[in-house]
Amino acid sequence: MEATKKEQNFIVSVSPHVKSDETTRQIMWTVSIALLPALFSGLYFFGPKALFVTALCIISSMLFEHLYLRIVEKKSVVGDGSAFLTGLLLGMNMPSSLWSFSPFTAHVPVIASFVAVVITKQLFGGLGFNVFNPALIGRAFALISWPKAMTIWNAPSAAFFAMDAKTTATPLGILKEEGVTKLIEVFGDKMSLYQQLLTGHRAGSIGETSAIALLIGGLFLLAKRYITWHIPVSFLGSAALMAWVMGGKTGLFTGDPIVHLLSGGLMLGAWFMATDYVTSPSMKTGQIIFGVGCGLLTMLIRLKGGYPEGVMFAILIMNCFAPLIDRGFRSKVFGAVKQQTSAQAKESAK
Amino acid sequence: MGLATFKGGIHPPDKKALAAGSSIAEAKPPTIIVVPLSQHAGAPCKPLVSVGQEVKKGEMIGEAGGFVSAPVHASVSGKVVAIAEFPNAMGRMVNSIVIENNGKEEWTALKDNPDYMSLSAEELKEKVKAAGIVGLGGAAFPTSVKLSPPKEKPISAVLINGAECEPYLTADYRLMLEKPVEIVEGLKILMKVLNVSKGYIGIENNKPDAVKIMTDAAKGAQGIEVIACEVKYPQGAEKMLIKAVVGREVPPRGLPMDVGVVVQNVGTALAVYEAARFGKPLIERVVTVTGDGISQPRNLMARVGAKISDLVAEAGGLKDGAVKIIAGGPMMGFAIASLDIPVTKGTSGILVMSGSEVEHSDEFGPCIRCGRCIEACAMGLQPFMLSILSEIGHYEEAKEYHLFDCFECGSCAYVCPAKRPIVQLVRLAKSMVKP
Repeated sequence: MEATKKEQNFIVSVSPHVKSDETTRQIMWTVSIALLPALFSGLYFFGPKALFVTALCIISSMLFEHLYLRIVEKKSVVGDGSAFLTGLLLGMNMPSSLWSFSPFTAHVPVIASFVAVVITKQLFGGLGFNVFNPALIGRAFALISWPKAMTIWNAPSAAFFAMDAKTTATPLGILKEEGVTKLIEVFGDKMSLYQQLLTGHRAGSIGETSAIALLIGGLFLLAKRYITWHIPVSFLGSAALMAWVMGGKTGLFTGDPIVHLLSGGLMLGAWFMATDYVTSPSMKTGQIIFGVGCGLLTMLIRLKGGYPEGVMFAILIMNCFAPLIDRGFRSKVFGAVKQQTSAQAKESAK
Repeated sequence: MGLATFKGGIHPPDKKALAAGSSIAEAKPPTIIVVPLSQHAGAPCKPLVSVGQEVKKGEMIGEAGGFVSAPVHASVSGKVVAIAEFPNAMGRMVNSIVIENNGKEEWTALKDNPDYMSLSAEELKEKVKAAGIVGLGGAAFPTSVKLSPPKEKPISAVLINGAECEPYLTADYRLMLEKPVEIVEGLKILMKVLNVSKGYIGIENNKPDAVKIMTDAAKGAQGIEVIACEVKYPQGAEKMLIKAVVGREVPPRGLPMDVGVVVQNVGTALAVYEAARFGKPLIERVVTVTGDGISQPRNLMARVGAKISDLVAEAGGLKDGAVKIIAGGPMMGFAIASLDIPVTKGTSGILVMSGSEVEHSDEFGPCIRCGRCIEACAMGLQPFMLSILSEIGHYEEAKEYHLFDCFECGSCAYVCPAKRPIVQLVRLAKSMVKP
């Protein structure tokens, strides 16, 4: 019988026997695609230098991951897109000025990539086991090791081939050193300040300047259900609230939350870095606490700390707490509360 | 107004169209049957026959081995040729009675008693027990046990499960279309046995014709309500269906009777009716033979003990490229290595999957904590933690994450982008620690 002839070949495995099409790889590449609007805006404003810095991060991240896995004799998983995404995020978090040969700073993206992929991710066990966001550790390492090179900001220019861009201060830098009046003065008036912060026509890291492009990417991820609102909304909301309450020079409730929301790496951080699955809490309640923590720490550093920008350190600090938050906020098991109430109901019925 | 449902769940492609249009056909009488003495939850049966003995169709050949047990009956008339161990769908060797069909189809005396509703609750329950009825949804829990709740658990409603949330399967659907009145009668009997005035029939809304037909059939029946539920797996899991239809949550590790509900599958309701009216034992059931690997998907009324290979042949045989055979549905069914195993009371379907449907890969990635499994889990668990803890051997710690509340519906493994074998890891952990 034909059936018996084929019997040897039947596959036996544990249920379920059907699975969704979605893969880890697909998630990584989709998040990378969501970053494209912001990346393109960065390339538009900061020119080929931005492209070179980002490409350097991506290539070295993927190469280091591949080499490390070869050395420890593990299967290379470089195609899963995780190293690409880390490299992309790292590049977008760096100033385009790093592409410079006198003084030579082009090694910074390469070393930062090594720290991100090998030290922060692979040495902790690889994808899924890292405590900290790899791209942010890479950036933090670079900022601490080369504080000068990491804070030279090219002025935005729509002229794509302008290799010798002027350097200038970031809006948050101006805010920190000279106050909000000076900031508005630099940009002309309040409306054009908001406008340019929104479009990304300002100094800053390659991928952080265009709030609108980042918002498009973030909303795309929301629509695809790759992320939920919990972290970005609580992060941005708490930061805005604190900026309004504490950010003013003339007393409480006089701060300008819009300037703070649209400046620095807040948009990039809230939509793409804090929402990293591995390094954020997995339960919704925990995610809100995580987001609020990120928002408050960001503003604390911006308003009271030594750095003009605090998003990176805020997220890294909250990364430490993510496992603890997960321990504290477990899911509610089906029937668990009802059992209590029905028991109480019985008690009161007696 | 939204349809009745529960929190969590997934939406796998339902693939019911393959067999939904085929009305239930009597399968050819098998020439030989293998009746396992354990095809239900609980104690195995004790054989009542010996090799060489002639038996009639419907004759009890194995008696219940305890309170949680159900007798088994011959589904053909003929001679007992062997009592020995044979493999079942789960791959275990089970003591079974083999009967050669003499083709005479001689029944034990069946009596039509149209006045069955005047029987006492106790008498009706006895009939259900003697007929060897078990839950036909797949779990095969003896029905008589569910009909004997302890005194401290008052029952207030009977819920007939017509959700059939497993993709591909259409056995319950066809029964609702073809035997609606009998199912409602079965429900009435169950309500009488349990002395309750409220009966529900819950049906997933991807079967609007079944909802309509059952609603019509239940018209005029006191206290019986047909509820359309949202199409979402695992809507047909007892706890989820009770939540959706009755609005009560069974406590963790509890049973439906803890919230005063008894749940029975539509096929079980039909069997109860036939047992009460005709004294007919459970010797046949509807089996959906379907999948992209089968030539003519259809719904067959198959004898308990018939070989799965016979049913496959009656559905046109295997297509080229059939790579996986599943007893049951794709979410919770058992992959079987051979077609040479018998249909049991719990066999709701034979699903033959082709290469394109089966993602057969031993490779899976690390958990990236995306949280999709948390969203999918109908029990409100954190399946990713269970899988990680089981993978590293921290089985005791898995208990803190409610390991034993998982009923292995497979929703987490379905949505997992890393393709982790979460159900397998959960089963491993469960086998390593005590509840």
